[in-house]
Amino acid sequence: MSPRALDAAAVRAEFPALHQEVHGVPLVYLDNAATTQKPVAVLDALDAYYRRDNANVHRGIHELSRRATDAYEGARAKVAAWIGAPDAAEVVFTRGTTEGLNLLAWAWGTARVSEGDEILLSVQDHHSNLVPWQLLARRTGAALRYVEIDDEGRWILDDLHELVTERTRLVAVSHVSNALGTVNPVSALIDAVRARSDALVVVDGAQAVPHLPVDVAALDCDAYAFSGHKMCGPTGIGALWARRSLLEDMEPFQGGGEMISVVEREGSTWASVPHKFEAGTPNIAGAVGLGAAVSWLAGFDRNEILAHEQALSAYAMERLDELGGIRVFGPTRLEERSGVVSFTMEGTHPHDIATILDSRGVAIRAGHHCAQLVMQRYGTPATARASFYLYNTRDDVDRLVEALGTVREIFG
Amino acid sequence: METPQLSSLYQQLILEHYKHPRNKGALDEPTVEIHMRNPTCGDEVKLQLRVDDGVVTEVGFTGQGCSISQASISMMTQQLAGMSVDDALELARRFTRLMHGDDEVARDRSLGDLRALQGVARFPVRVKCALLGFDALQEALNATEASTEGATP
Ligand SMILES: Cc1ncc(COP(=O)(O)O)c(C=O)c1O
Repeated sequence: MSPRALDAAAVRAEFPALHQEVHGVPLVYLDNAATTQKPVAVLDALDAYYRRDNANVHRGIHELSRRATDAYEGARAKVAAWIGAPDAAEVVFTRGTTEGLNLLAWAWGTARVSEGDEILLSVQDHHSNLVPWQLLARRTGAALRYVEIDDEGRWILDDLHELVTERTRLVAVSHVSNALGTVNPVSALIDAVRARSDALVVVDGAQAVPHLPVDVAALDCDAYAFSGHKMCGPTGIGALWARRSLLEDMEPFQGGGEMISVVEREGSTWASVPHKFEAGTPNIAGAVGLGAAVSWLAGFDRNEILAHEQALSAYAMERLDELGGIRVFGPTRLEERSGVVSFTMEGTHPHDIATILDSRGVAIRAGHHCAQLVMQRYGTPATARASFYLYNTRDDVDRLVEALGTVREIFG
Repeated sequence: METPQLSSLYQQLILEHYKHPRNKGALDEPTVEIHMRNPTCGDEVKLQLRVDDGVVTEVGFTGQGCSISQASISMMTQQLAGMSVDDALELARRFTRLMHGDDEVARDRSLGDLRALQGVARFPVRVKCALLGFDALQEALNATEASTEGATP
């Protein structure tokens, strides 16, 4: 089936939440890096699941349980295909990126990392790809090292031969930066790591999977985590992909129902992967919603989604430049960027920018974006961030710029 | 929802304090110092007080943040000089009530310039900003009281 052409105006029509007024003006939603809105296809799938198929999974013999199980496992297969996973059993449903990374830090890290080992992170990363590893380092006595970033928010890899040694046990980096919009050369980094060590490579794909083609097998990473709510899916559901051998070698993360094979007084044996990592009744509706989001997004060519967002970034950067007194963070080369435009405005704090924009119906995010190491790197406590998705248009950018004019009027 | 008026938030007096904060700078010999951060936005303040015999004799602050947090702290320091610890605590309590929409406090002239921040109450997500300095103040005063209580025979 040939992909559907990306006509943002037509796509918008499928998102009920985009058609509303806030503070008396039509909403312009530019906070997609935080979470995206949901298309009717996803809302309907959730509704239909609860109205018709609702039951617990892998338990009942009855018809509804069969349907729920089919829908849940069907969603897993869709997610696997969507990210190029060779085997659907390698996809573990999680609460989101954060839980996927914590799962690895506990189930893999605690057993496999010890004192004297090194963990390589990047200062570009979201706290959810930093703090679980910092906690792991504290538990095990491992040392943390960091990939630094240059003035344009790109990894500095010149000294990689010093950063990756035979002591490096783990490399955890993000595919796309949420604070700067940098699209990282993950594949090149992974090749370089593989040439120097047998470290485990974990990729935070929260800002990549929604926006660009991702193929975990081609990337050659060991694990990849992302969230459903940033790609048109519901909150509270995400996925962790990991190599089957890795999943099989790890001890469980949480114990409970669904994840066991046989429970005896002195101990238990585990269900096969991925169920070993899905203790308790999972977020079935969430998985169904995520599956629907994947099906819906799969109707488009993901290269076109990225190109659309990059074009909006380029247009926004051009208009911000005209406005003057604005510092835009991240790479100057468009090919190295996603649809995230992080900026500061001379003499005005990002919080004030966001409040004034909100009063004009324009939703952006202001703050440190859970990336305080990035803020420290650039000596700013916070930035304002507009982030685009496939339903945003040039009109949205115009409304953003117009509202920034009001900020200027007030703050002078 | 009713549309909050930007003009009620960004009053001239607030912008004026933001651009020209009073008492900004470090004290030579503070008796108490509190560092406070708003973890959601990264705003921070280091508030320093010199308290002699139960009276705030000097006050200074450093830090960075949005117009609301900075103006609020600047206005607060203006009111503080010469106040007793008890009066300063009362000021913090009254201002907190103002931020929670208490109109009676809004007529209270003793709040001085701080009354200009009344409009913040209609922007619930910004109330935290206005309270940052006062949270630091309360901690500083409580620490002062605790240490003097311990010191008196
Ligand atoms: C790059 C990145 N990593 C991780 C996360 C955490 O995702 P979640 O909060 O859905 O677990 C986010 C989202 O905030 C993100 O942008």
